[in-house]
Amino acid sequence: MVLLEVVQGGGLFAYAPLIIALPILGLITNIIFGRRLGERFAGIVASGVVALAFVIAILQFLALQAHPEGVTIPIAEWISVGSLSVSWAIKVDTLSTTMMLMVTGVSTLIHIYAIGYMHEDVRFQGDPGRYTRFFIFFNLFVAAMMVLVSADNYLMMFVGWEGVGLCSYLLIGFWYEKGEDGIGNAVAGKKAFITNRIGDFGFLIAMFLIFGAVGSLGFEEVFDWAHAFGEENVLIISVITLFMLLGVAGKSAQLPLFVWLPDAMAGPTPVSALIHAATMVTAGVYLIVRSNPLFSVTASTSNIVAIVGTATAFFAATIAVGQFDIKKVLAYSTISQLGFMVAAAGLGAYVAAIFHLINHAFFKALLFLASGSVIQGIEAGHHHAEHEGADIEEPFDPQDMRNMGGLRSRMKVTFWVYLIGALALSGFPPLAGFFSKDEILVDARLENPALFFLLLAAAFLTTFYMGRQVFLVFFGKARSEPAAHAKENPPVMWVPLVILGVLSVVSGALNLPKIHTLTDWLGTTIEHVHITEFSFSVAGLAVVFSIVAVVLAWMIYGRKPIEKGEADPLRKILGPIFVGMENKWWVDELYDFLFIRPYVAICWFLADVVDWRILHDWFHDSVLASAYRNGSQWLAQVFDLGIIDGIGNGLGNITKGASQRLRFVETGYVRNYALAILVGGLLTLTYFIFG
Amino acid sequence: MDWQDFLSVLPFIIVAGWATILLLVDLWIPANRKGITAGLAVLGLIAAIAAVISRFGIEREAFDGMIIVDGFSSFLQLLFLGVGVIAIAQAYDYLRRRDIERGEYYILLLYSLSGMLLMASAGDLIVVFLAVELLSIPLYVLAAFAIPKADSEESALKYFLLGAFASGFLVYGIALVFGSTGTTALSGMVAAIESAETTPILLLVGSGMILVGLGFKVAAVPFHMWTPDVYQGAPTSVTSFMAVGAKAGGFAALLRIFISALPGAAVMWMPLTMWIAALTMAWGNIAAISQTNIKRMLAYSSIAHAGYIFMALPAAATPEVAPEAVRAALFYLVTYAITNLGAWGVVLAMEKAEGSGLEIEDYSGLGKKRPALALAMALFMLSLTGIPPTVGFMGKFYLFQVVIDANLIWLALVGVVTSLISAYYYLRVIVVMYMRDGEPEVRSEALLNSTIFITAFGTFFFGILPGFLLKMINQVSLLDLFR
Repeated sequence: MVLLEVVQGGGLFAYAPLIIALPILGLITNIIFGRRLGERFAGIVASGVVALAFVIAILQFLALQAHPEGVTIPIAEWISVGSLSVSWAIKVDTLSTTMMLMVTGVSTLIHIYAIGYMHEDVRFQGDPGRYTRFFIFFNLFVAAMMVLVSADNYLMMFVGWEGVGLCSYLLIGFWYEKGEDGIGNAVAGKKAFITNRIGDFGFLIAMFLIFGAVGSLGFEEVFDWAHAFGEENVLIISVITLFMLLGVAGKSAQLPLFVWLPDAMAGPTPVSALIHAATMVTAGVYLIVRSNPLFSVTASTSNIVAIVGTATAFFAATIAVGQFDIKKVLAYSTISQLGFMVAAAGLGAYVAAIFHLINHAFFKALLFLASGSVIQGIEAGHHHAEHEGADIEEPFDPQDMRNMGGLRSRMKVTFWVYLIGALALSGFPPLAGFFSKDEILVDARLENPALFFLLLAAAFLTTFYMGRQVFLVFFGKARSEPAAHAKENPPVMWVPLVILGVLSVVSGALNLPKIHTLTDWLGTTIEHVHITEFSFSVAGLAVVFSIVAVVLAWMIYGRKPIEKGEADPLRKILGPIFVGMENKWWVDELYDFLFIRPYVAICWFLADVVDWRILHDWFHDSVLASAYRNGSQWLAQVFDLGIIDGIGNGLGNITKGASQRLRFVETGYVRNYALAILVGGLLTLTYFIFG
Repeated sequence: MDWQDFLSVLPFIIVAGWATILLLVDLWIPANRKGITAGLAVLGLIAAIAAVISRFGIEREAFDGMIIVDGFSSFLQLLFLGVGVIAIAQAYDYLRRRDIERGEYYILLLYSLSGMLLMASAGDLIVVFLAVELLSIPLYVLAAFAIPKADSEESALKYFLLGAFASGFLVYGIALVFGSTGTTALSGMVAAIESAETTPILLLVGSGMILVGLGFKVAAVPFHMWTPDVYQGAPTSVTSFMAVGAKAGGFAALLRIFISALPGAAVMWMPLTMWIAALTMAWGNIAAISQTNIKRMLAYSSIAHAGYIFMALPAAATPEVAPEAVRAALFYLVTYAITNLGAWGVVLAMEKAEGSGLEIEDYSGLGKKRPALALAMALFMLSLTGIPPTVGFMGKFYLFQVVIDANLIWLALVGVVTSLISAYYYLRVIVVMYMRDGEPEVRSEALLNSTIFITAFGTFFFGILPGFLLKMINQVSLLDLFR
């Protein structure tokens, strides 16, 4: 009864700041003690604080039941300059709490998984400092993500936004001395960081414009302004939201800034699962949904958002079909699914976007972790096979699906959870992906048929490449020695997988047709919610497409599994199209040609020609220096010796000399000191009496 | 006189009483376990802190105006008690190391602290005098604590002789003011000056002598000459406490007397205090340049900082600015206390058992050997110079702003220029630490390290988010004696 009263009184809101404080506490503990107390301690502390944060998130959820309008908990005034006033405050409402629950929940599972994974990682050489550092970064990430989702103003959100970006950079390059040429991972991290900076530039400009137009950065003030004056300010709002979209494209890996995400797979697999699939990359979607009062004012931007999302969804799906790296397939799949979410947000289906975001977090985290399990299984097999003296081609890539095959029998748990993840992603009823994808498709059909068909095609491709992956990895015969010796991982890794598997099966129930739990729940925060009715024709169409895709995948990869060294059968069927898919449609090369090389060329030109040859060699040496030399010759003889020297050296000498002289006053004799006091006193009195 | 009067001086009673009790208890504590005395002393301070906090926000006069309880006094008392806790923590290992560990150290420190507490809430010149003596006499003894080392004895004797000389000025000044106004109560003086029932010449001479006496305590030019000798000779842990506590105590009295009791004579003392401030800043900073011993350098630095705080007095002569000036001075005192305690802490860590390792050159290579310690020292030096993001910058910023508000632009300029000069010798420490090679021997003692960490954190934290401190100080004001 007491608990009930506390819940209804809203007293639980007071604990909200802990959700940021706990991960910080964890990382501080690990910084101080982690290295000394060893792996187990570091892992347990890091996972424990995140689990506690999850509990806090649940408490917020309970508190919101009685007070669905939410609260803002001020912590401190942060910046107050002129009319700019930004406070550090935590906003607890249904939207932010949904994100908190999802992020902390998934993080907890991935933290636990990482305890095992990082220990098993072949690159891990038993250095406790490295191990601890991983968990410090991981906790820092959770803290930053919490700042991002709990912000009550754009600036604080930006702090979290940059914070997660920083953690992403640190963790992509976690094995910074590994990778291609010994710097491959570091380069991948740099690429992610720089690409994100382009997006951040958009976010910053959007923020400046908001402050210019509204005079505040607080969500409440900005949205109130949008309500009151949105109609007459459509133009400025359109510009603001377009710049915001640039930020979204960077963070959520949308066209044209998606190129960093596939490279980000250089990070350890738990990082890919947590940061580059489940949480951080969805920050862009969250930004759009959070800013829905702005986006819903401007139809033109919303349209562009929908088009960008849809194009990304389709484009990335085509690339995923042609990849052989198990994680790259999932990376492009993530980009594609993020495209679905952004498209939904652009279509005004904000709830569907968040719904898909949550479901995607579950099944994509599951798929990534399971892929990590596969990789580690293969690496263990590699080790084993080497031990037995088997002949292995070097260099051996444990992530290449052409080296796998037949893992179904050797990694049973991994196989089953992978299958569940793949089915959920493909949208088979009644798994999670079915309901959320259906909602998005229904909205697309109502709003824009062209986008609808493109999304449907992307969904078809999704099922196809997942089918291809499952057949290549788990069916047929082992195509390499390590795969033949692969073995299942310890429970600390597969237990989280099973939990995520269960979640991927049931999380569709969050927003069942006719019941609309999530829609009602988010309706108190998001203003423009509409109930999307279930459509049998759309759902049926999608399911038929999926089944066709699975059958197709089976015909190509399942019926007659490819042999060792055999080319992908799709190459023959699609011809040049497959080459395009395999080479990611040469987007990286295009960017290299369009931006990077000209940029580097300009840099070289500025540095070598303009700065060095023209400015330095010619202008500086020939023009300036000689003129200066001649001039100074005269100045030195006439001017300097006479006047400048006197002033320049003099000032320094006076100060130093004064200092030396003051030293002499300090005789060390008490009588002299007393005399000084007496003289001082007399002067004082003289002044008072005669002054 | 009722029980509430006693409550008003409760922190003082706790600290002084506890010191007396400890004096007896200490007899039963074995010589090699004086840490117990230190711990007990800290307990007493914590009780006193609780007592101050419990009456925060209350304003009243007690013992017929002899004692004033207001935001000003409570704030300063908190500062003193905090300084006391840190000073004890810093002293513990140091005393063991130098082999002068005796329980009396902590007891004398408590007595001196009780004098400071009394000073903060003094409402009568007699109480001021009492507090000055109560504050000083234990310090004289503490300065001699390393007896029979000649340095320490010399330091104590100089401090004692000159202190007695200055006290003579103070008490004579008090007598003359009494002769002029017929009262020693601060509120009575205000009334007497208002009603013009005074002998102006006596009042002026008297207040001039009070200025001399207290100017000695805060080490303002030209009453400062004892400072480098005493600071250098005294055991470093004493110096640390003296440099922070005694100075803050002196300023408590100066601000109270001149701003709330003598505003009527502001026209007279304003130019004088202005000149003292300017001279002190210039002299302290310039003389510091040629010091090679870190203790002497910090001694001149403390003179210079007295000059900065002194600027609050002429600024407060403008009535509209007065409340802000008091707050700026308090804020500066806090920044000075945090930063200086930290810097002296580093000096303590660097000092070798036989009392060497005090030359600035001895800090060569500290950046490599003990990066965290060097970083903390760099932070303190930057803070003393007044460079953001440290609390020293905030303190100077606030103070200069007040001085400019009072239209004393040239004085603010002197402050800025002398700050610039000060960069020369503060930054030199950083240069030596990071750019010279050397193998310094450094202590690593848990208590000392934690005080350095706390002060470094404070220096940095309040430098970025001064809001917490400012919010607290904004509620502080001198009790208005004009009522």
